[in-house]
Amino acid sequence: MRRAALALLACWWAAAARAETMVLSLSSHRVQITSTYTGAELVIFGVIDNERRSVTRQEPYDVVVTAAGPRASTVVRQKVRLGPIWMNLAQRKFADVPTTLAQISSRPIVQIASPDLRRRFGLGLDSILDPAGYDLIYDPTFRTALIRLQREAGLYRSEERGVTFITPSIFRAVVPVPATAPLGGYDVDVALFSGGVLLAREDTNFEVTKVGFEQAVAQAARQHPIWYGAATALMSVAFGWLATVIFRRD
Amino acid sequence: MQIYLPIAELPISIFLVLGIGAAVGFISGMFGVGGGFLMTPLLIFIGIPPAVAVATETAQIAASSMTGAIAYWRRRALDFKLGGVLLAGGVVGTVLGVAFFNAMRRLGQLDLVITLSYITLLGSVGGLMLTESLKAMLSARKGISAPLGRAGHPWYFGLPLRMRFNRSKLYVSVLPLLFLAILIGFAGAVLGIGGGFLMVPALIYLFRVPTAVVVGTSLFQILFTMLAAIMLHAATNQSVDIILAMLLVFGGVFGAQFGARAGQNIRGDHFRLLLALIVLAVGVRFASEIVLRPDELFSLGLIEIRR
Repeated sequence: MRRAALALLACWWAAAARAETMVLSLSSHRVQITSTYTGAELVIFGVIDNERRSVTRQEPYDVVVTAAGPRASTVVRQKVRLGPIWMNLAQRKFADVPTTLAQISSRPIVQIASPDLRRRFGLGLDSILDPAGYDLIYDPTFRTALIRLQREAGLYRSEERGVTFITPSIFRAVVPVPATAPLGGYDVDVALFSGGVLLAREDTNFEVTKVGFEQAVAQAARQHPIWYGAATALMSVAFGWLATVIFRRD
Repeated sequence: MQIYLPIAELPISIFLVLGIGAAVGFISGMFGVGGGFLMTPLLIFIGIPPAVAVATETAQIAASSMTGAIAYWRRRALDFKLGGVLLAGGVVGTVLGVAFFNAMRRLGQLDLVITLSYITLLGSVGGLMLTESLKAMLSARKGISAPLGRAGHPWYFGLPLRMRFNRSKLYVSVLPLLFLAILIGFAGAVLGIGGGFLMVPALIYLFRVPTAVVVGTSLFQILFTMLAAIMLHAATNQSVDIILAMLLVFGGVFGAQFGARAGQNIRGDHFRLLLALIVLAVGVRFASEIVLRPDELFSLGLIEIRR
């Protein structure tokens, strides 16, 4: 009941405030992985349109850009001491977790929206992994571990002042694509706030693909595993033989 | 300079991989071991996923054992018949090993299995080699040459299916030979090692094969077992990274040549002591990983990506 009421309230809230619209432009919709790929950066531009000028905002605009990679089931394992050794005994499965996550905002998220709003709209790395509408008491250890490990691996990032306003209604942000980003579709979600109220929300997307040689190798490995294996074996034998020819002393 | 590895799906420094290949190649050339037991842990350490490290390392072992086998074949220090029997067992062991590898990977206990097996293998083999070489050095100092084992044949020589191996001066049942080869082939496929450091002492101490033909024969067997392992890993788990393999092979081939030259200037017992210490050091490194309280208690396992 409480959740339904909240959702209704949110709808009304959003409709009442819907004076602004947003137009987004992403510098590219395709990130190509080549042999020299070490990560990439995309630039997103946004224009806030308040043509009707029906509402005059007292507070400045706040923008939160969230780029999330393909979703995956992820297991977080915890090492527990068993006799003399440490082994993975406890684990918790997260069914639907973005493989990469970048959240860029114009100022710290805590200043932009209330905790309730943050949780509902998935603002802040913590809220994204929280099952929506779940405020039962549960152990956050595994969730925090997941976020920490993903941050250390460079897959999750947050930048609290990464959105810059070029004019009061045009903003720009850099979306990082990590070096180890998995292939697939990435969603970019942009939320516009002012004075703690969500004004507009737009999304766009991009795709990470392998091209050329990398694509050919990965495809060969998957579609023609026997030939791929044979080629690797032949390569090893040829190199091994070549070495005896080059270094032959007698 | 970075290069993107298409199967491991991450960029890595070319010079780092070439350097590791050369360093391990140097040690392997110096001691006549494949170096897999050093290379696979190093690859995992620099961030290559364990599955890719194990599968890819088989290609590097194949290349280095090819080089070695040719050199011993030219010196006629290779028993093809014995090698063939060991190979038959090795291929069976590899098939079982790859199947076990894939099953453990699904269960999420692959890392622990790899670590525990490394500790057991490296600890026991390193310990045996250490005591043996220390004994040899002590008796050398006293001026007595240590005899290689007792006289007479152990019981397993007389099992059924005896076969004569002329070059190895051996008349023995093939069953214990096959059993040994299956065991080593299994360990090789699971751990990404050639097993030379197991095969060579086993042939010398358990089967009394003359030292002169042991290394060549073991290399011959490893070469073909590893070629089978490449095919099996490629076909069943698609974790062989050909680019990574090429870099490792290239670095390893050069390192091995210089290692072989450096190895000629070391005395036999010192040589075995050094190898024992290297093997033990890697074992201790693995043991510390699971015995000491780890810095990071948590780890992530990706199950599947929805594309």
